[in-house]
Amino acid sequence: MSLRSNVLDLRKRKSEVQKGGGDKAIEKQAAMGKLTARERILALLDKNSFHEYDLFVEHAAKDFGMEGKTLHGDGVIIGTGTIYNKPVCIFAQDFTVAGGSLGLMHARKITKIMDHALKMRVPLIGINDSGGARIQEGVNSLAGYGEIFFRNTLASGVIPQLSVILGPCAGGAVYSPALTDFVFVVENISKMFITGPSVIKSVLGEEISMEELGGAKVHAEITGNAHFYAETEMECFEQIKTLISYIPRSNLKKALAHKPKAPLKGTNIDDIVPADPRIPYDMRELIKSVTDGSEFFEIMEGFAPNIIIGFGRMDGETVGFVANQPMVLAGVLDCDSSDKAARFIRYCDAFNIPIVTLEDLPGYLPGVDQEHAGVIRHGAKILYAYSEATVPKITVIVRKAYGGGYIAMNSRHLRADFVFAWPSAEIAVMGPEGAANIVFRKEISEAENPEEMRQLKIQEYKEKFANPYVAAAQGYIDEVIEPGETRSRILHALQVSENKTASMPNKKHGIPPF
Amino acid sequence: MEDQKELKTLIIQGAVYKTTYTKKFENRVNYETPNENLIYSFIPGTIVDIFVKPKQKVKEGETLLLLEAMKMENQVRMPFDGTIVKIYIKKDEIIPKRHLMLEIKPA
Repeated sequence: MSLRSNVLDLRKRKSEVQKGGGDKAIEKQAAMGKLTARERILALLDKNSFHEYDLFVEHAAKDFGMEGKTLHGDGVIIGTGTIYNKPVCIFAQDFTVAGGSLGLMHARKITKIMDHALKMRVPLIGINDSGGARIQEGVNSLAGYGEIFFRNTLASGVIPQLSVILGPCAGGAVYSPALTDFVFVVENISKMFITGPSVIKSVLGEEISMEELGGAKVHAEITGNAHFYAETEMECFEQIKTLISYIPRSNLKKALAHKPKAPLKGTNIDDIVPADPRIPYDMRELIKSVTDGSEFFEIMEGFAPNIIIGFGRMDGETVGFVANQPMVLAGVLDCDSSDKAARFIRYCDAFNIPIVTLEDLPGYLPGVDQEHAGVIRHGAKILYAYSEATVPKITVIVRKAYGGGYIAMNSRHLRADFVFAWPSAEIAVMGPEGAANIVFRKEISEAENPEEMRQLKIQEYKEKFANPYVAAAQGYIDEVIEPGETRSRILHALQVSENKTASMPNKKHGIPPF
Repeated sequence: MEDQKELKTLIIQGAVYKTTYTKKFENRVNYETPNENLIYSFIPGTIVDIFVKPKQKVKEGETLLLLEAMKMENQVRMPFDGTIVKIYIKKDEIIPKRHLMLEIKPA
């Protein structure tokens, strides 16, 4: 054979394998409203940047009729490419090949690209679309999952790991996404659960559809397993690209700076927050009034919306925002919002992203369900995460900062670097209403007109304690600032904190209240 | 999104806040003090057999019925000496979790 015919032979082999499960299977995939694994990779990465490896890998299973079967690429595509010219490692399970089932070689391809990502310190993106373990390969398939989970854990906090659920991801397979930093789901396409509807029905008699059990909305709003929800695959890819633009390549780097921009004109920061601490407003407006171009990339929008997390830029640099949302449940902390914020704070800390906290909360959500769901251990996570974080930590107290919530939301006592308060801030053990009832119980109950006395005492307490000056007198607040100064104060604080050094005592690792 | 929602009230430490609820908050189960005279199923399953009748006196620990779930036959026993007041289930009936099965009263 001449070299030329060798090349032609290679091309023929490649085009054969690149068809995955063949035309029929591809048609079926399209009928489900899904792109193929290869289409997905090409749609997500920069044009012409994808480089594939292990195209010719074949399974070596010999049992249950597998010996005669050819599974192109063993049902998964791996490779490297770029997003906005930044390198990424990627794998995409190919549902057209044996339902994307995971066998030994399939898993080896995935772990190969994972090892590569960790060694080269570049982000890893995994596109999941698989029926699960390849039962014919028995324990080898389970071994494959275990090897993937182990690497997810090793890479955690070193390189960004993104999981994109574009099909079923069931049983043990769900634990790889669960171990990664960000999970993306798409309406009608993503399905994640440990035990499927048919098993639940046969064992427990409970009837539920796949969508209701583990569809995109469920994970974006109820379970908190997903961070980003999209209506189409293309929208999902845009979200991935945007996220990649905000985060650094690895824990050794800082996120790439963009060109600084001023916030959009038109929103007056003084008009966003009502003076009455019991009247809500949309905290996102406040975040947008301080970020470059008034852009804010929210994470976990649908889950525990009483706290807001996400990325914005200030002076071109990525900043992580954590903020109470008075518009939902008055912005209380509860089990879910604590989990949500704590994990994000740890993410920012691991990847050198400064944290800006905007505070306005009445405290913790009361209720038997909360107490019994473990709000103590969940709430403790947020304290743990803020305390252990050594990235620059800046807090702005906008209105209410009561009780345990005040301490938890990156207070001075957890080593916040800068704490600012608006003149509308109320820093106290509890709100005036509750406090007056306790402190002046006797005066109120013995008064001729108890209700009148109560209002009088509430007013008295308000004037004495419901302000930022008691805390400022102790130095717990560094400065009381005007709302209009918020952005410039944060910007300066970030600039001053750029070379921040802070260390934790030597330890193998802490024991956070997981 | 929230703007279109009607504002509700949430009371935290005496203060009444205007805000919106989440679906999860609206769907939360209100706590009820357990009534020990009512025996509920702790798991969904099938009633395989019932060994007692209304007005029957039963000693603590005696088996009242068999509830099959997850391929296991669970013996539901009398929690104290007492009497069967009412039976809410039938043999071979498939019942969900937290389904009222028996009403009893102490001796």
